[in-house]
Amino acid sequence: MTSERKNSRGVVERSLASFVAALEHAFHARELAEQRGLLQSVDPRIKIVAILPLIVIAALARRLWVIAVLFLVAIVIAMLSQVPLATLTKRVWLGVFAFTGFISLPALFLVPGQTIYTLPLPGWTVSTQGLRAATYLIMRAETAATFSVLLVLCTPWSSLLKALRVLRLPVVLVVILGMTYRYIFLLLRNAQDMFTSRKSRMVGRLDGPEQRRAATACAGVLMSKTLQLSGDVYMAMRSRGFQGEVYLLDEFRTGWLDWIVLTACMTIAALAFWFGR
Amino acid sequence: MHIPDGYLSPSTCAVLYGTAIPIWYMAFARVKRLLNTRLVPLLAVVSAFCFVIMMFNVPLPGGTTGHAVGVGAATVVLGPWASMLSVSIALLIQAVFFGDGGITTLGANCFNMAIVGSIVAQVVYRAIARRTAVTSPRRALAAGLAGYAAINVAALFAACELGIQPLLFKDASGTPLYAPYALHIAIPAMMLGHLTFAGLAELFVSGGVVAYLQRANPVLLGQKSSVATEPTVRPPAASSGWRTTRPLWIRLALLMLLTPLGILAAGTAWGEWGTRDFADPQMRQQITAASGDIAPPAREPQGLARLSALWSAPFPQYAPPFVRRPAFGYVMSAVFGSGLILGCFLLIAWMAGERPDSRTSP
Repeated sequence: MTSERKNSRGVVERSLASFVAALEHAFHARELAEQRGLLQSVDPRIKIVAILPLIVIAALARRLWVIAVLFLVAIVIAMLSQVPLATLTKRVWLGVFAFTGFISLPALFLVPGQTIYTLPLPGWTVSTQGLRAATYLIMRAETAATFSVLLVLCTPWSSLLKALRVLRLPVVLVVILGMTYRYIFLLLRNAQDMFTSRKSRMVGRLDGPEQRRAATACAGVLMSKTLQLSGDVYMAMRSRGFQGEVYLLDEFRTGWLDWIVLTACMTIAALAFWFGR
Repeated sequence: MHIPDGYLSPSTCAVLYGTAIPIWYMAFARVKRLLNTRLVPLLAVVSAFCFVIMMFNVPLPGGTTGHAVGVGAATVVLGPWASMLSVSIALLIQAVFFGDGGITTLGANCFNMAIVGSIVAQVVYRAIARRTAVTSPRRALAAGLAGYAAINVAALFAACELGIQPLLFKDASGTPLYAPYALHIAIPAMMLGHLTFAGLAELFVSGGVVAYLQRANPVLLGQKSSVATEPTVRPPAASSGWRTTRPLWIRLALLMLLTPLGILAAGTAWGEWGTRDFADPQMRQQITAASGDIAPPAREPQGLARLSALWSAPFPQYAPPFVRRPAFGYVMSAVFGSGLILGCFLLIAWMAGERPDSRTSP
């Protein structure tokens, strides 16, 4: 009975909670991106060129201490960029640790190697290699996630997208990404409204198939609205003279701080690559 | 199934990016040719839809809930090429903005879910829906099964990518550097969750969306070009008849006739040795000469000996046992092989519905 009640309450509310969490995340990221910190002051193009190698080197390194040093570098950058460690803990570290920890836990027992501990009751053995493999996985995932979150939290999304041109992404793709991001919030709001109106009309509990029908009908309505919306957006663009060509205003300028940050990150990446071989 | 950073080696990531990029390019070219100026708003808004649909909680039998990717619904309504691009863009935004899936592993995630998922969904949907009416319940079933198959094949690819990591990347002490589970653990672990929960979520969303659209907006299912007002450009293959393909057939026939030229080549193809070659002194000399004067092992490698017994070719050495003249055997093998390849492509085209009379209906 309890589980039934929990489930019937959960489906609509869980979807609503997902939408609200996404909107909150976007709002919070925008707030952080507007603060005055180290990464916020750096040209977005330089940020991408500086941070991406650190993520790749964290994945390449074959020594745990090198990954740990990269993780510390990420923490220092976060502190210099006014990103609260509590935010990183809540949004990144705990989530990644719970997910990757859960995934890597069996590795302690499944990876063969030198035994360091035997669990008393089931008699399972923990191997050094298993422990190291799990640590590798968790450390890599935490470090890479921290760097990528810092990149996103400290850069307005529109600037980040324009800066992706530095990776030779086609202009049309950058424009599509920008529009996608904008319409995500419109569709999230639409979905939220649909679920809220559904919830407001519910006086009893829906059974499983009925809930599935409600969820898939919402998805179907959203699909219809999406295609209708794409037609409307197209007509609006055409009426403003759009003929298939897209352009971007590139207003980025680099300063001395950008080059210092780039040099520092490149040096750290090169050293990490050398010592982590 | 969103593989995070650190689970795959950079070389695996690079290979999967390298595989995905030409497919993205091809998909982009095809969708642009079909949609022309509608490309930008359509892809942007549908990608946003794919992103939002990934956040839907779908109730599943047994009292639990799951998330769908939306690849089945997107493929059925938009076709596989637009679906590949839309799901990829949604995955990119998920990875970069929400940290769901890694940046280094984005190519792998897009390859598994967007590219493989869309292709599988299209093939399954076409194979089951066939030429039934747009409002037929079979179409909703086909869409559901297409989504289910797509997500499971995508999961299988992801499991294989994760499962090969400990085989290929270990440090000196034997510690796996990336995902630590071998194929025999990774595949069952991944498939168990997808054959049950995640697959069902995709099944319900794909089937449910199509069933809803059948009732509420069947035009979206009836005409792929309902999203494109410009006249669609028929692909070159559509207009191919004997006249346009005649030069290709003549060249193919000439190449078949020239296949016995291979008999003139001396020696053996490097690396294509059989188990008997290791015991034949003459062959051993040829192998040594072809390998920079490095002698082959005295006995055939155990793995080669074990695996070579798995499959016996019907035409060994391009010479069927009943043919006495090697040159004729070569020509026959060429005809047989080309016929087999053409047959496979015709079968795929038939399953994908590439017939002139069915081109306007999905």
